[in-house]
Amino acid sequence: MSLLDPVWTSLLYLVAAVFFILALRGLSSPRTARRGNLIGAAGALIAVLTVFLSSRLENIPWILAAIAVGSAVAAPVARRVKMTQMPQLVALFNGVGGGAAALVALLELSHTGDPWVRLAIVFTLLVGAVSFAGSGVTFAKLQELMTTRPVVFPGLPAVMAAVLLAAVAAAAVVVFTGSLPLASLLLVLGLAAGILLVLPVGGADVPIVISLLNAFTGLAVAASGLVLGNVLLVVAGTLVGASGTILTRAMAAAMGRSVAGILFGAFRGGSTAGSTAVSERPVRSSSAEDVAVLLGYAQRVIIVPGYGLAVAQGQHTAAELALALESRGIEVDFAIHPVAGRMPGHMNVLLAEANVPYESLKEMGEINPEFKTADVALVVGANDVVNPAAKTSAGSPIYGMPILEVADARQVVFLKRSMRPGFAGIENDLLYEPQTSLLFGDAKDSLAQVLGAVKAL
Amino acid sequence: MDGMSLLTITVLAVFVGFEVVSKVSSTLHTPLMSGANAIHGIILVGAIIVAGQAADPWVLAVALLAVGLATANLVGGFVVTDRMLHMFHARKAVGAKEAPRKADGR
Repeated sequence: MSLLDPVWTSLLYLVAAVFFILALRGLSSPRTARRGNLIGAAGALIAVLTVFLSSRLENIPWILAAIAVGSAVAAPVARRVKMTQMPQLVALFNGVGGGAAALVALLELSHTGDPWVRLAIVFTLLVGAVSFAGSGVTFAKLQELMTTRPVVFPGLPAVMAAVLLAAVAAAAVVVFTGSLPLASLLLVLGLAAGILLVLPVGGADVPIVISLLNAFTGLAVAASGLVLGNVLLVVAGTLVGASGTILTRAMAAAMGRSVAGILFGAFRGGSTAGSTAVSERPVRSSSAEDVAVLLGYAQRVIIVPGYGLAVAQGQHTAAELALALESRGIEVDFAIHPVAGRMPGHMNVLLAEANVPYESLKEMGEINPEFKTADVALVVGANDVVNPAAKTSAGSPIYGMPILEVADARQVVFLKRSMRPGFAGIENDLLYEPQTSLLFGDAKDSLAQVLGAVKAL
Repeated sequence: MDGMSLLTITVLAVFVGFEVVSKVSSTLHTPLMSGANAIHGIILVGAIIVAGQAADPWVLAVALLAVGLATANLVGGFVVTDRMLHMFHARKAVGAKEAPRKADGR
């Protein structure tokens, strides 16, 4: 039985849809972002309560149990995940959403004879499955369960084309006959397409792919709304699909890449260039005391934090070192590359967590001219975002990405774990320059040693 | 609802989606993506409807799987976004000390 009449149901769905719009708008500005997210959550709550009150539902205890299980698994993980691992968690949540949309569409197939509805069903199946499998691969790449390098094999474009052709054929048959076995086949083909789509993408580009798959899931949800005749799903899914597309383009622009180049670059063989040249050239390695002397007698120091700093949980030590240097009258800034960490804005989150004051975080455009006046650029666990190959080597996977101009500083110090190349898998020529010295070790340990040595000066 | 109305709503939603995020700074790309990710977890509503109509145990099982996955997307998405933004909030408190009230005015 239903407690709400259809007018109230529609009104409540409208309220939820407006909440989602306000949520996205709020999330676009730092001042209102947190409130925006809460508004979104409130909209979701309204929508879920509405569906329970307005539809004639069987199996309610089972449904509640499934909701309880989903929440019990997801909420603690979301609450406890390290901020460094947050990108892969977002990928995972995105994937399961796409999977849910595909399953909903599959189950609705037997309820309709309308070819137009079946068209929406095959779209949801395919896109949802692509998003599910693609997100799984991005998760594996970010968690480093598999190689972060682009995975390509000679027949890849042909296999991809064959899978897509088969999917289109199966989709056409499902639209005209409503065949459930072929719909299941379509689901499998969608999973294969999702895996093939993400395999050739290099590690550094994975965040952009997450954003793209996020938009895909939005579109799948919108299509499932057309299947079920549910306006809220149509509006919410379309909003995410549209805003996700814009966001994907903005992220790609911040990295100086095009979305097509990221997805299909490896197909053309361009993305693997430069990654095989392992150098035997000598580097100048240095001790914590040497680094402390360099820093302690400088006038201006710019710290470039990268993912390695975050992995080592060294943000707090970096903040302390900055404080110790400032107490010696040295001007210290943090140079934040737009894609430092693993996602655009990720490093801002991590340094904010370590209470680094807002004023000392400088964005790339602001800080780049200032490297010329810096005595020391201290690069902590960053590599690709300071790699001059982005400017000089046209075949490099990061070619065209704007970088922090640390080479302009009088001295460059890298705190690195090893000579292993960065996430994009490319050699960094800057490491072999005469003004560069390296201190090997875990970022946090190295920073602590340098901090101790600075205090002893 | 008829097809034409749904199409109208869809097209309008596309433009709203483009508009609301058109001027976002790169600092907020990650939380915004995560928040949008949570919003598509609303597929939970669809999963609940399908599960609520299921008569066959197998259909119910698949539908309940969809409900569980959608819930994980929805709940996990909002929680992780809130955690990210909580840190921005702490930083704002340092950065915007001079104008604490005015910041909420808009």
